[in-house]
Amino acid sequence: MFGKLSWEAVPFHEPIVMVTIAMIALGGVALFAAITYFKKWTYLWSEWLTSVDHKKIGVMYIIVAMVMLLRGFADAIMMRTQLAMATEGSPGYLPPEHYDQIFTAHGVIMIIFMAMPFFTGLMNLAVPLQIGARDVAYPFLNSLSFWLLVSGVVLINLSLGVGEFAKTGWVAYPPLSGLQYSPGVGMDYYIWALQLSGLGTTLTGVNFLATVLKMRTPGMKLMDMPIFTWTCTWANVLIVASFPILTATLALLTLDRYMDFHIFTNELGGNPMMYVNLFWAWGHPEVYILILPAFGIFSEVISTFSGKKLFGHHSMIYASGAISILGFMVWLHHFFTMGSGASVNAFFGLATMLISIPTGVKLFNWLFTIYQGRLRFTSQVMWTLGFMVTFAIGGMTGVLLAIPGADFVLHNSLFVIAHFHNVIIGGAVFGYIAGFGFYFPKAFGFKLHEGWGKAAFWFWITGFFVAFMPLYVLGFMGMTRRLNATTNPEWVPYLYVAMFGAVMIAVGIACQLIQLYVSVRDRNKPENMCEHGDPWNAHTLEWSTSSPPPFYNFAVLPKADVVDPFTEAKENGTAYKAPAKYEPIHMPNNTATGVVMGALLTVFGFAMIWHIWWLAIASLAGTVIYFVIHAARDDQGYYVPVDVIERIEAEQHKRLVAAGKVPATATRVETSLEQA
Amino acid sequence: MIKNRYPRLLGLLPLIGTLLLSGCNMTLLNPKGQVGLDERNLIITATLLMLLVVIPVIVMTFLFAWKYRASNTSATYTPKWNHSTKIEIAVWAVPIMIIIALGYVTYKSTHALDPYKPLESDVKPVTIEVVALDWKWLFIYPEQGIATVNKIVFPAHTPINFRITSDAVMNSFFIPALGGQIYAMAGMQTKLHLIANENAEMDGISANYSGAGFTGMKFKATATTQEEFDAWVSEVKKAPKKLEQAEYAALAKQSQNNPVELYSSVTPNLFQTIVDKYEGMKPGPKVHHEKKEKEVAATDMNSHSAAGAEE
Repeated sequence: MFGKLSWEAVPFHEPIVMVTIAMIALGGVALFAAITYFKKWTYLWSEWLTSVDHKKIGVMYIIVAMVMLLRGFADAIMMRTQLAMATEGSPGYLPPEHYDQIFTAHGVIMIIFMAMPFFTGLMNLAVPLQIGARDVAYPFLNSLSFWLLVSGVVLINLSLGVGEFAKTGWVAYPPLSGLQYSPGVGMDYYIWALQLSGLGTTLTGVNFLATVLKMRTPGMKLMDMPIFTWTCTWANVLIVASFPILTATLALLTLDRYMDFHIFTNELGGNPMMYVNLFWAWGHPEVYILILPAFGIFSEVISTFSGKKLFGHHSMIYASGAISILGFMVWLHHFFTMGSGASVNAFFGLATMLISIPTGVKLFNWLFTIYQGRLRFTSQVMWTLGFMVTFAIGGMTGVLLAIPGADFVLHNSLFVIAHFHNVIIGGAVFGYIAGFGFYFPKAFGFKLHEGWGKAAFWFWITGFFVAFMPLYVLGFMGMTRRLNATTNPEWVPYLYVAMFGAVMIAVGIACQLIQLYVSVRDRNKPENMCEHGDPWNAHTLEWSTSSPPPFYNFAVLPKADVVDPFTEAKENGTAYKAPAKYEPIHMPNNTATGVVMGALLTVFGFAMIWHIWWLAIASLAGTVIYFVIHAARDDQGYYVPVDVIERIEAEQHKRLVAAGKVPATATRVETSLEQA
Repeated sequence: MIKNRYPRLLGLLPLIGTLLLSGCNMTLLNPKGQVGLDERNLIITATLLMLLVVIPVIVMTFLFAWKYRASNTSATYTPKWNHSTKIEIAVWAVPIMIIIALGYVTYKSTHALDPYKPLESDVKPVTIEVVALDWKWLFIYPEQGIATVNKIVFPAHTPINFRITSDAVMNSFFIPALGGQIYAMAGMQTKLHLIANENAEMDGISANYSGAGFTGMKFKATATTQEEFDAWVSEVKKAPKKLEQAEYAALAKQSQNNPVELYSSVTPNLFQTIVDKYEGMKPGPKVHHEKKEKEVAATDMNSHSAAGAEE
């Protein structure tokens, strides 16, 4: 009846796990009670969960990302504590079967369930606004993508209390991840969590490519698109090209584990090397998917706060494109040590190095954007400067690893761990946090507290260096990754220092939580409010509408025939000019299909993991039927009546007058902003 | 005067680099073997080459950010300036030149340090066959007819030809102090050629996570004199245990933190039997494809497979 599922699946004997589950359960009950008490269920359901508005979906993505950051960081601090304790013969406090799950979960959560949704959330929030669109090309699909991600999140967190998670490392190389060496449900949780969220990511990639190709405001040329939109677009090209590889690879591994195929096994003609190649054919583009949008955010931040146009706009677009294309041709550098010939290794080593050229160009372009500018040292700028310094170091160690002769001794060592945390934290995460502070006022209409933001920055960056520089050294001392205990006394001081660094990062995260609390508390103070929409005196269209933007984004589609159209409009005095009359706006209806399909597919994933076949069939059939009904319905969306638009825009006009952005005497005139 | 300062500064760079890096007791920077030494020198050269561009970028970041801070109203402000062909050429050319230099170093070193390439030496090499098991290392000395678990001894100044496979999941065979590592994979044979420049006792590890007992999958590698090596071999030959089929089957079962084992004899061709066990990796069943198999075997003998390890 319930497949492999029984009460034995719940780890009652593990106090750490049980306490964690109790805390999560308490938190969940408290949240549930609070929503019920304040009678917010209807609001939550109709305004958020079923919403197809890209801005709200973006906010929900970022909330998921931040919760998962806390979960992934809890794993990180447990690992560092274990390694600081388990030295010179001491076993530490985590037995191997628990420790191995933690480092696997840490990798999967941070990449798939923290970094990806953070990037997707920022993209959702900003990209349609940047190109002057009213929503993405396929609003329902966008909602479905989000709920598929949530399915993955639910499954991976269920594994904490029901069964176990994979003990294979986040790369899950077979034969270790095959049925023979990993018979438990941990690998199946891995497969279905990644499979469902990966499907969502693919759909997001398709959706946003269609959006930038078809939904740009009239007059906006591709090469004039803002740089964040461009880097997201390159990331989406990579998503569409690489995520199907992950889907297929996981499907093949599923056949191995569920139907006794021997594609990646040792026996019967299987070949694990094939998995390693396929995994990295997705896995390497994946890291560029994470870093490119962060590059875009840094570009927006640095040009906004320098009060200058971005240096080399076209150069940046081409450099991002070069990184994307080259990023697809370098996957073998993850396993130079597999025994390929010198020529194969040299090819992939050289191809990898080529990537540092466009990346170097980007660094110089940011420098020359600052050059002869008026740089305001906001927390976003500090994250950007911190990134430029940190990333220069991380890029250098990356190129070092691209040299096969150097990789032969550094491969899989803590040097590698230090390198990719150097580029993922110092690159992607710093970028997302900068983007979070940069776009927060756009989403909510008030600014984040600067003091706590800067405190968070200093703790994060110092903590990062204290935590990861010792790992570079440990790599040179011959310490390999994924050890759960060490015996070499010379390593101990470095492991202590790294542990201390992780604690500093924890303080940084605490500062961010306090920053959120303080900012929400003080949101009505005049100096924090910026509902007029342009708190930073920025260049691009997303700042020309109110904060938060009306659900239709733009009452009239904005004019954009140059790079930085909003700056141009502000200088010409055409910004904020309202048209003589408004036209009704066509908008999509909200739908519950995304959330229902996500829920059904979560059940399907759970049923597959535990081999509850009847439930798997029922939930999959339910998903398909629900979707067919959704697709067959006759929903043409609706038109926002002119009087509603007029009312919303009149309020915005009042705010602009109050903020001194437009003179009080300004009257409504017909302007070139209006599009037919 | 200013002119004189640059060459002196550049001359100091490698010295500072070496001092900084060799100050601590770091295995990879104080290797005991020629391969490791070459790899260490490669790491230092490449790092210094890259610092040529990385240091200026970091310095410029601080300088520009400080000079063009908003409060410094005396600095030039050109809000519309966003293009300069001269600068664009420079920002593309500088990284390209560094990468050309680094690319040359990479191409040369990748061929010179190919782990499959036998080392040039007047001394006759010693062959050691390595089998990764869950979770211990089995070493077979085919020429001496002995076998060990989690311990190897070999003469210094003598090339060691490692032939590596796995009878379980994937591992990576690595003696950090000697340099170089290579994966151990079932049904396949990989190769690694190392040499010790001095007598030393070194740590050996698996550098690829392989499951619950991975942390304990360690061994000691001792480089010693030829005489002591010969003495050690005769010692092992007196060991009570013999590595026959039954003994191997017991050894291959999963176990953690294995003690050192010594075997005075070993089933002939055990290594090849282990590789051949995974029939799927072979070209095909003998009866039906006899001709094809011979061809493949002949071409495979001394050449690389482009896709990965030799079958």
